[in-house]
Parts: sequence; structure tokens; C-alpha cells
Amino acid sequence: MSVLKVDQVSKLYRSTSRGGGLTPALRKVSFELREGEVISLIGESGSGKTTIGKIVLRLVAPTNGTVTFNGKDISTYSARGLRDYYRHVQGVFQDPFSSYNPIYRADRVFELVRDVYFPHVSDTEWDAKLEAALDAVTLNPGDVLGKYPHQLSGGQQQRLLIARALLLEVKVLVADEIISMLDASTRVDVLNLLVKLKRSGLAILFVTHDLSLGNYVSDRTIILRHGAIVEMGATQKVFGNPQHDYTRMLLSSVPELHKKWQHTPLGPVVVSANGSAVATDVIEAAPGTVASALAHATMLDELTHTEQVIKRDVRAMFAGRGGRQAAVAVALEPPALSEFEPDHLVAEPE
Amino acid sequence: MSVSVENLSVAYRSRRGDLTAVDNVSFSLADGEIMGLAGESGSGKSTLGNSLIYLDQRMKQVGGKVTLDGRELPIADTKAMRPLRMTQVSLVPQYAMSALTPTRKIGTLTDDLLKSHKVRNRDEVLAEMRRRIELIGLKDDVLRKYSFELSGGMRQRVTIILSTLLNPSLLIADEVTSALDVSTQRAVGEMLLEFRDRGYIKSAITITHDLSILAQIADSITIMYAGRLAEKASTDTIVNEPLHPYTQALIASLPEVGVRHDTTTLTGIPGRPPSLANMPTGCRFRDRCPFAFAKCTQTPPFEEVKPGHYVSCWKVSQEAAK
Repeated sequence: MSVLKVDQVSKLYRSTSRGGGLTPALRKVSFELREGEVISLIGESGSGKTTIGKIVLRLVAPTNGTVTFNGKDISTYSARGLRDYYRHVQGVFQDPFSSYNPIYRADRVFELVRDVYFPHVSDTEWDAKLEAALDAVTLNPGDVLGKYPHQLSGGQQQRLLIARALLLEVKVLVADEIISMLDASTRVDVLNLLVKLKRSGLAILFVTHDLSLGNYVSDRTIILRHGAIVEMGATQKVFGNPQHDYTRMLLSSVPELHKKWQHTPLGPVVVSANGSAVATDVIEAAPGTVASALAHATMLDELTHTEQVIKRDVRAMFAGRGGRQAAVAVALEPPALSEFEPDHLVAEPE
Repeated sequence: MSVSVENLSVAYRSRRGDLTAVDNVSFSLADGEIMGLAGESGSGKSTLGNSLIYLDQRMKQVGGKVTLDGRELPIADTKAMRPLRMTQVSLVPQYAMSALTPTRKIGTLTDDLLKSHKVRNRDEVLAEMRRRIELIGLKDDVLRKYSFELSGGMRQRVTIILSTLLNPSLLIADEVTSALDVSTQRAVGEMLLEFRDRGYIKSAITITHDLSILAQIADSITIMYAGRLAEKASTDTIVNEPLHPYTQALIASLPEVGVRHDTTTLTGIPGRPPSLANMPTGCRFRDRCPFAFAKCTQTPPFEEVKPGHYVSCWKVSQEAAK
């Protein structure tokens, strides 16, 4: 059963510089998150992955589209309803060192939860609850309670924040790059914790730029680029048999311990924002050549170029007054998704 | 042997006395070698890198010697180091994305660099710079741009060009790929290789916490733990046959594409590194090590157990002696 449904969600950010142009951060993104499922949202910077998390947590409002939680549109919640919503949907963010107020003890985050959600719970009951939550994240209460944030390691801090979410009857956890700032030795502990929580029925939206982490932990994967889904489906299918050029390029760039980078020629990168198609050359290496910085860099700049074209077109559209609605619709139109195999959707090249 | 570091110790001054962040470290780099220096946060890897180019007010050299191309590098003497920076030793800083002054164009920054080092053949150097800019796939109009007009990956690449413009013998690249997207990471990594192959830099130390990046670009990997070297060997050896328990645990904790939680459960390393102010005696990894035994209360030597493979661990030394 799906707990959370993201339906045709779009988000335009208005930039304050450069003449107030609009940047499409999300373009009609739809997916469903089921109970006990981990979906990883994978994308490079500017792909809109964090924006999805923020919209789900109702920290920003979508320009278009709806997010429904257990069948109810989350934008309709008033103050009280929102409080109940946050009882079930919680987020943990990238930088543990700035999630805490350094002048208070770290366990103040628990007190804040108690004040809002459990004002009438007795001390003994609260302590039992707290112990259960800390136990679930494999923290020893004596190690962490009463400590200041700087006395805790990054991994302990992140686990405390997850424990805070577990105090509530959390159904959905938005985990936005929660391990990218942790050391390798503690990373895995947090990852394994997510797996454990998932097995107990928690649905997790795992936002990351690291493909190998996403692959390790998630059941389904969504690859995002420029705010649109380029490929989505069961993790094994997307990683095992990637269909979109962009996914392949990402996978070929992942540094792996036991495999050196290989230079495989990529397909043509075609830009078609607002109907006007700009084809770029296929970058091909002669057989047997080792990947050179040049070949790879050129390809990157082409990708950056794509991004600029999209932005420029959107800006141009909003400069003219007429036909505003139609223009927005065109700018937001993502490449169409088609089913490659069951539970594996691939977008048209853009 | 282009670089050799012998028994180098570097400490931070603090109100509670000196905190030794780099403790008695020795290693050497061959010509053309890219050495990867890896470790957890607080292991002293950045301190070691920085000490080779600039000891700031808070740091001091406690002991040891650094030799570059047969001459001693006066790392404790900030003034004597000045003409050597950028020309002999150069650094790509950890936050290279913000290392470029936002109020000066890239071209102006280049001028500043050439002036401060009293470079005579300006035109030649500038022509060479344009060539290198093209080589890495940028257009030479970047010289007329401000740093904020460039994307993160472009900025990182421009910083590397500036750092290596005067063909330094040793380049220290501190976390140059950490803040980048995977595809940009690859471009920057390959750029370092290319610059080495073309002889723009003689050797390099790449500092990072990400072992898999080092597996791509480094010739040798040195693992650092709590201020000391734990293991040094060729990249293949470290990746495939690590000997130090810490290296083994680090490598076992890395998820790779294709490894999934339902088939393989990875394990982390319990505990956390000791704090600088309160270093245990003996082997510093002792408390987290599954193989620790009585002898580990003494400091293990950093020994060559196999040709080119140095390890600092009693268990490994004993097994090698058998």
C-alpha cells in the first residue's frame, strides 16, 4: 500500500539575480512510496532531489501538483493537521554539525519533541520511550544523553536525529544526504540502521548523489536530471541494466575500488527545450585509447550547456507577457517516460 | 626520489600545550608518483599536507626533515618558503571552490600570481596557460570571467591550472574531488593524471577520505590514522591485499555499485578515533582493533614487511617475521 504519493509535482524557483528568471527545479515528478520501502532519489547538484524532500516535508510549496499522505493532500493541512502530519513524516538532513544548536545539549532535540507532542506523558513513561528509540538506533543512552553536540561524533549525531524521529509514530522518513558528511567507518552503521528500520515498516526517501550508497540501501531508484525523472524502477533493474544515456554516464563515472574508469563512447547528447532541438556531436574515442581528461571534460561542458539552454528558454518565455500559462506548461514538460520492462521506466532522450 | 619526508612531526599550539597532529611520519615519493593520502576526519592528513607548504600561526614543526629534489625544504621558515611556493611545492586547497577571489577575474588572478613570483617570460607562461585551459576542455574566455560565473567543476579545474602553472615539483591536492558531482569528479581526477603524464607536475599527494577515488588515480596509497601512518603500498596492494586491520576494515565498509543490503551486509568500524588531547600509548588503533593483543600497548614501528609495503602493526610484523 502506498503511504506517500507524489503526483505531477513541479516547482519553479524565481532567482533573485539575473533579471528574476525562473528555474524549473522540478518538472512533473510522480512516484509512490510504499510501506517498508526505500526509494533513493539520485541526481547531481541542481537535479531537484532536495526540492522533492522539502516539498514532502512541506518546507516549500510545489508550484503545481500534489503530494498525498495516506490519501490526503498535504497542502490542505492547517496548523493542527500539520502537527499530526509531522508526527508521521520526519526529515533528517545532510549536515549533522549544523542541525544542532551548539550552545544546548544535544538531547534538547528530544525535549522539544516532548513539549509539542507528549506534554502529558509522565517522566518514567518518557524515559522508557526515549530508551526504546535510542535502542533502535543502537546508541547507548549513557554515551549520548547530556552531551553537547561537539562531544558526539557525526554518526552519533545523525543517529540521535533519527531516534528523535522514531519517538513519533513516524511512517515516512526523508533522509537527505544524511551520510555524505560522515566518515567511511561510521557511514555503513547509519546505512544498516536504515535497512533495519525499513524492515520494521518505515518508508524512507533516501536522497543522495552517491550511486553506490543508493544501490546498497534502496528497493527502488529514481534518477533525476534537471528536475525531471530520466529513469526509475527497481534498483536492480536500473543499476543492472541502465537504459538512459545519462544513467550510463553516471554509472561509468562512479569511482570503484576494484575497477578502473573505462572510457566508453557515449551516445549523442540532444537538447530539446521548448521544441528547438540542438544536436551536439557524439564524443567518441578511437578504440584502445585511454580516457583523457579532455574527452571527458568536453562532454561535461556539453551537459552544462544543456542546462543553460533550458534556463535561457524559460527566462525568455517569462519576459513576454502573453500566453504565460502555455509557456509554463512547455517549460515544465519533462521527457516522456515509457516502460522498458515491468517496474522500469525510461525517459526519452532530452 | 623527488620527495622524502623523514620523521616529520607537526603540532598545534593550544592553551593546554602542544597537540601533536602529525606524529613521526616518514615516507617518500618517486618521480611521477601520485600518492593518495587517506584517513578519517581528524587523522592529520590535511595537517600533513598543509605543513609541506605553509605552517600557519597555530602550527609548528616539532621535528623531522623534508627533502624535495635533493634539497631540504625549510618548512618551518615561512619567509624562506615564499619563493618556493607555487614554483616547487604547490597546493590545491580543500575548498578550491571558494579559493578564487570573487572580486578579481581569473586573468587578473593569473597576473597577480606571475607578479608575485617575478616571472620574467610572462607571455610564454600566459600562452602555456591558454594551451592548458584548452587541454582540459575549457575556453580561454574563462580568463575574462569572475569565479562566480563558472560552475563548480570549472572553478575546480581553473584552480588546479593556477596551482600548477609554474610547474611545481610537488602538488598537494587536498580533497579536490570531494564537493563535486560524480561526473565532474572524474574529469578532475583525470586532469590530475594528465598533468602528471605531461610533466606539469613531477609528483603529487592527493588527500581524501574517499578510497575509491584514490583507486582510480593514485599510484600508491598511504593510510593515516590518528596522526600516524598505518600502511603504505601500491594502490593494487592496498585495495586487494591490505594488511593493517584498519585498512582492511575501511575497505570492507565501502559499498560498491552492485553490493546490496539483502545480499551482503557491510560492517562499519565500532568506536571512534582517539582525540588529539588524549592519545593512548602504544598502537592508536588498539581500542577499535579486533586483533589487539598484549604487545599493542607498545608503539609498533612503521616497517617494510614486503618490498614497497610498509605497515605499522605488531600482528603483521610478527606474521612477516615467521
